[in-house]
Amino acid sequence: MLRGLWKLTWIELKIFLREPLGAIGTIVIPVLVFILVGRAIGPKLGPNAAAANSFIGVGLPVLASILIAISAVLSLVTIISIYREGGILKRLRATPLRPQTILTAHVFVKLLLTAATLFLMVLAGKRYYPVGIHPPLFGFTIALLISTFSILSMGFLIASIVPTARFAQPIGAIIMYPMIAVCGLFAPIASLPPLMHAAALIVPLTYAVSLLAGIWRGDPWSAHLGDVAALALVFLICTALSAKVFRWE
Amino acid sequence: MHPVIQVSGVRKTYGSTVAVDEVSFEVNDGEIFGLIGLNGAGKTTTMECIEGLRTPDRGAISVLGLDPFRDVYKLQNRIGVQLQQAQLQKRIKVWEAIDLWALLYGKKATDGERLLEQLGLADKRNAWFMTLSGGQKQRLFIALALINDPEVVFLDELTTGLDPQARRAIWDLVRGIRERGKTVFLTTHLMEEAERLCDRVAIIEHGRIIDIDSPQSLVNRHCPDRSVILASDDPHAAERFRAIPQVETVTCSGSQITIRGRGDDLVTEVIQCLSESRIRVTDFRTILPNLEDVFLKLTGHSIRD
Repeated sequence: MLRGLWKLTWIELKIFLREPLGAIGTIVIPVLVFILVGRAIGPKLGPNAAAANSFIGVGLPVLASILIAISAVLSLVTIISIYREGGILKRLRATPLRPQTILTAHVFVKLLLTAATLFLMVLAGKRYYPVGIHPPLFGFTIALLISTFSILSMGFLIASIVPTARFAQPIGAIIMYPMIAVCGLFAPIASLPPLMHAAALIVPLTYAVSLLAGIWRGDPWSAHLGDVAALALVFLICTALSAKVFRWE
Repeated sequence: MHPVIQVSGVRKTYGSTVAVDEVSFEVNDGEIFGLIGLNGAGKTTTMECIEGLRTPDRGAISVLGLDPFRDVYKLQNRIGVQLQQAQLQKRIKVWEAIDLWALLYGKKATDGERLLEQLGLADKRNAWFMTLSGGQKQRLFIALALINDPEVVFLDELTTGLDPQARRAIWDLVRGIRERGKTVFLTTHLMEEAERLCDRVAIIEHGRIIDIDSPQSLVNRHCPDRSVILASDDPHAAERFRAIPQVETVTCSGSQITIRGRGDDLVTEVIQCLSESRIRVTDFRTILPNLEDVFLKLTGHSIRD
């Protein structure tokens, strides 16, 4: 079933890096902004600003992770719809390649790019932000993988149903970005008005934020099993749904 | 001859539109079989049902003894497919596509390199797909269709949009495929292509097959009319021609005489009459019907788009 997965992943990665803005847009610019902001405000913060619960200490890394994951999803949605519209999916389908292999290859490319961006950000963060905390990077990576898989599965579902490539990016953005407002990053969920509170509970991003922030702070995994379960559920539902409604052409 | 493709009673609808209906035919081992018809007649739908890319609503299809729907992965290893208006990733390199396809079919990369050589793409192996010309893209798709050394090759509107020179080069390639003992199933809306390339053709119209045979047999069956056009100043010529049994009409316009009749003997009879009656001619042409005339007669409209 996985015949061709590594080769396809490798080819897709090379193709992505050949795009005029591919690597610059996904890796260089986020890291550059991060560094510039760090240089501008870092010195003013002082060595003890990053108390474990402050926005700089926890919120910012989590927000950065979420934004990178979302941009990976949007790019995935766009690529899949361009491939569909151009007849590329159809041509790949008429080979022994299984549909899962094609989609998995794209997920791997996105994960790889996300990982590269975040790795550079962590390095930059160590250098330019006087953050006096030492988050469990390995645990955070696992948490991020779980969150990204879950968010990517929503991307699959969107990619399965968007009519044309032109609409893919805006529709994806309309669905993904409002989730950030209620996911608990900017205001504690408990303090949200009732309607937004209800929204927060059904938005998968809420659980991703809770998991990422918790692990970053050093919580034990046992405190976040609910989040992991919720994200796994989202992944299963979205994957099953998109397998049903996926259109090849 | 034993059939490698058997299609019987296939029907496929999209919503309320019937794309193909009651389509039945067989393709024999080692022949080039063409499905010809207008755009939207049901050619691609029929072909994609046979390739296992679409499921027919009704009917039975067998390719190399396999069910294209149930055994789709088994079948894909034994057939080669070129799809209409297919694309690859814009920035994939020619050799990367060949390399990937070779791996997918469990072939050595050198097999792919040899194909690039044969198809005249060797100097393009590092080019991005998006930079190839229409003819080069089609040759790449032929290479991809041939990479697994398939027993049956499917070619859908292979030369549409190509200039005459590229088209002729591709025809030679397709003949080469047959010479290597493969079966070729193609669709086209170009009558010249079907006539020059195909051993047998099926004419499809509004999703139904109207007739199947070799191009020459179809012409003989549906368009037995022949015409001879000649130029002569002999005042008695026209009446001499009218005396020939196969001749139906003789029309004169100035010195040009058009003789219409039926049957293969018409031309011989006219030549014999010319020599017996010592009629002096300054021009002599025969007009034989072709597949396009057959198509026009059977469907009521011309194939040119």
